[in-house]
Amino acid sequence: MLKFDRVTKVYKVGAFGGGSFTAVREASFEVRPGEVVSLIGESGSGKSTLGKMALRIASVSSGTITCDGTDVSTLRGHRRLKEYYRKVQGVFQDPFSSYNPVFKADRVFAMIRSEYHPGVSDAEWRDKVADALKVVRLDPDQVLGKYPHQLSGGQLQRMLLARALLLDIDYLVADEVISMLDASTRIDVLNLLADLKARGMGILFVTHDLALGNYISDQTVILHRGEIVERGVTSKVFADPRHPYTKKLFASVPQFHKKWDEVEAELRAREAADTSSQPYHLAEGQAVPSELVEVTEGHYVQPFHPRAAV
Amino acid sequence: MTLEVSDLQVYYRTLRGDVRALDGPTFGLADGEIMGLAGESGSGKSTLSKSLIRLDGRMRYIGGSVTLDGDEVPIWDDQAMNEFRYKRISLIPQYAMSAMNPTRKIGKMIAELLESRGVRFRDTRDELHRRLELVGLQRDVLDRYPLELSGGMKQRTVMVISTLLNPSLLIADEVTSALDVSTQRAVAETLVEFRDRRFVKSMIVVTHDISLVYQIADTIMVMYAGRLAEKASAKTIIEMPKHPYTKMLLDSLPEVGVKYEDKRLSGIPGSPPGLLKPPQGCRFRDRCPLADKQCLEQPPFVEVERDHHVACWKAE
Ligand SMILES: Nc1ncnc2c1ncn2[C@@H]1O[C@H](COP(=O)(O)OP(=O)(O)OP(=O)(O)O)[C@@H](O)[C@H]1O
Ligand SMILES: Nc1ncnc2c1ncn2[C@@H]1O[C@H](COP(=O)(O)OP(=O)(O)O)[C@@H](O)[C@H]1O
Ligand code: SF4
Ligand SMILES: [Mg+2]
Ligand SMILES: [Mg+2]
Repeated sequence: MLKFDRVTKVYKVGAFGGGSFTAVREASFEVRPGEVVSLIGESGSGKSTLGKMALRIASVSSGTITCDGTDVSTLRGHRRLKEYYRKVQGVFQDPFSSYNPVFKADRVFAMIRSEYHPGVSDAEWRDKVADALKVVRLDPDQVLGKYPHQLSGGQLQRMLLARALLLDIDYLVADEVISMLDASTRIDVLNLLADLKARGMGILFVTHDLALGNYISDQTVILHRGEIVERGVTSKVFADPRHPYTKKLFASVPQFHKKWDEVEAELRAREAADTSSQPYHLAEGQAVPSELVEVTEGHYVQPFHPRAAV
Repeated sequence: MTLEVSDLQVYYRTLRGDVRALDGPTFGLADGEIMGLAGESGSGKSTLSKSLIRLDGRMRYIGGSVTLDGDEVPIWDDQAMNEFRYKRISLIPQYAMSAMNPTRKIGKMIAELLESRGVRFRDTRDELHRRLELVGLQRDVLDRYPLELSGGMKQRTVMVISTLLNPSLLIADEVTSALDVSTQRAVAETLVEFRDRRFVKSMIVVTHDISLVYQIADTIMVMYAGRLAEKASAKTIIEMPKHPYTKMLLDSLPEVGVKYEDKRLSGIPGSPPGLLKPPQGCRFRDRCPLADKQCLEQPPFVEVERDHHVACWKAE
């Protein structure tokens, strides 16, 4: 299990690091094996920071991230880190940035071989690569031996996923991996993630596209300005959002058959009709706590001031 | 009609021959029309957009014509196009936000752009301020660097700059793709507002996201492999599409509420044909479940119902 426990990230900003900016505040959630967790929020909300901390690209300021019980910030030394990256890998939004344009794209496979499978014979390695490519539905003849600029974004993205397969990882951080792809390729990559999940992989799926998040995830985490405002079982969060920010986000999703204005009018009418008082409503002047409150089983919301604007 | 495009052909020159990226689209854009332009990567959306502004070194005009408000647009003549560029036809290119010069303040960038078009910055300053305020930006954005603005702010700034001279046609290439949903919505609604206020007469909105363009567009046009597949009102395209490609494209989109366990969506099997030597006849042929012998001949793009054009032999 990849477990985030009250994780906070403070970045130093400004000249000479004089200022600071809290990108993530007291975030707690977990990614279990065989489960997809969507991390949803607008740009700047801290999604990638959370992913980077899990991948040890960014340090944790306070709180802990544990992977199957080991605190990831205690990992030191080449050998232990190598072991860790054999279990946890990341794939990012811009596939081009993961490739060096000077080298052929399949160099990403060769690097894995020299690092993790030095003893494997050429023939055996070729088969392994072919198998991994087959899983991501790429034709080895079409992609091997080519330079990054000769391949499409979708192809490059899938090669990175194939690379993760060659490592046989347990957890994947997929940060906006489909925003750059067009509709029909998106679905292929999404279905691929779902297949990996079925094989037992735990996936942290970072996205700003709610429809896609809903499509593949078991758990949903809504992040707003570095804080988790709502989280839980995807079907519950989507069917019955409680936090005003989540509601606003859902009302902005473009839908077929329904225009934005209609959706918003419905939402307003429902809000006006609802005068109930809830355990997660804060009294005026009460500070917003970082602990979330359970709404129904497996569905949590951060307490809020009921009539405040988002 | 604001825009009329007739049998336009623009190819890319490469060492191995011509890439037939734009192969004869014919369509019109009515006054006030917002048209969504959809299609897979490589279908020619950006090539069409660029053709109406500037052919880059590799692009070659082959044939066809374009008229704007009744005037011929000489897209083959780089010099003569200066009359149209920015002033009458304006393009927000794909990746415009990341292309902003990071070392220039926004205001300086605008002044330079205007001056390069022979317009005095001073003469447009008041209008610029008014429009920035209209889209919810403080005028002090002019004193800031692109890095200091959020994605949505940058995109709204780009929209204001692109339409400052009230062009007849605005082409917005993937302006919302990199944004989150609530910002996407704000940007899309700003496009509509610009049309309603007559800052621009008509618009082509290029996007991968048909559900987004459905929210704001009057019509939707679908391209496939350099040709037009279908054009109709947004409602018709979503509810009663006739081209097999449009249908498959729509089926590959998850709507909110659809879950992987309940309904596994499928992409469109196969990939678009290479345009160096495109196949004879219908270019969708080898991926189309309805293809038969007749499809070896190229289907014409015809009006099958009022304002509903389709290029498919099987579209009844
Ligand atoms: N400068 C170029 N030289 C050669 N090929 C190019 C160039 N630019 C784009 N292509 C080719 O165009 C194809 C896709 O076009 P492009 O990259 O413009 O589409 P895209 O940006 O992915 O599409 P979309 O804008 O719909 O996402 C690729 O196969 C790519 O090889
Ligand atoms: N510079 C180029 N040289 C050669 N072919 C190109 C170039 N740019 C685009 N193409 C080709 O032209 C077609 C249309 O590309 P483009 O206009 O970028 O489409 P879209 O924006 O829909 O992805 C594609 O087949 C692409 O491979
Ligand atoms: S013309 Fe033929 S191949 Fe082309 S879309 Fe229609 S049925 Fe399919
Ligand atoms: Mg990010
Ligand atoms: Mg494009």
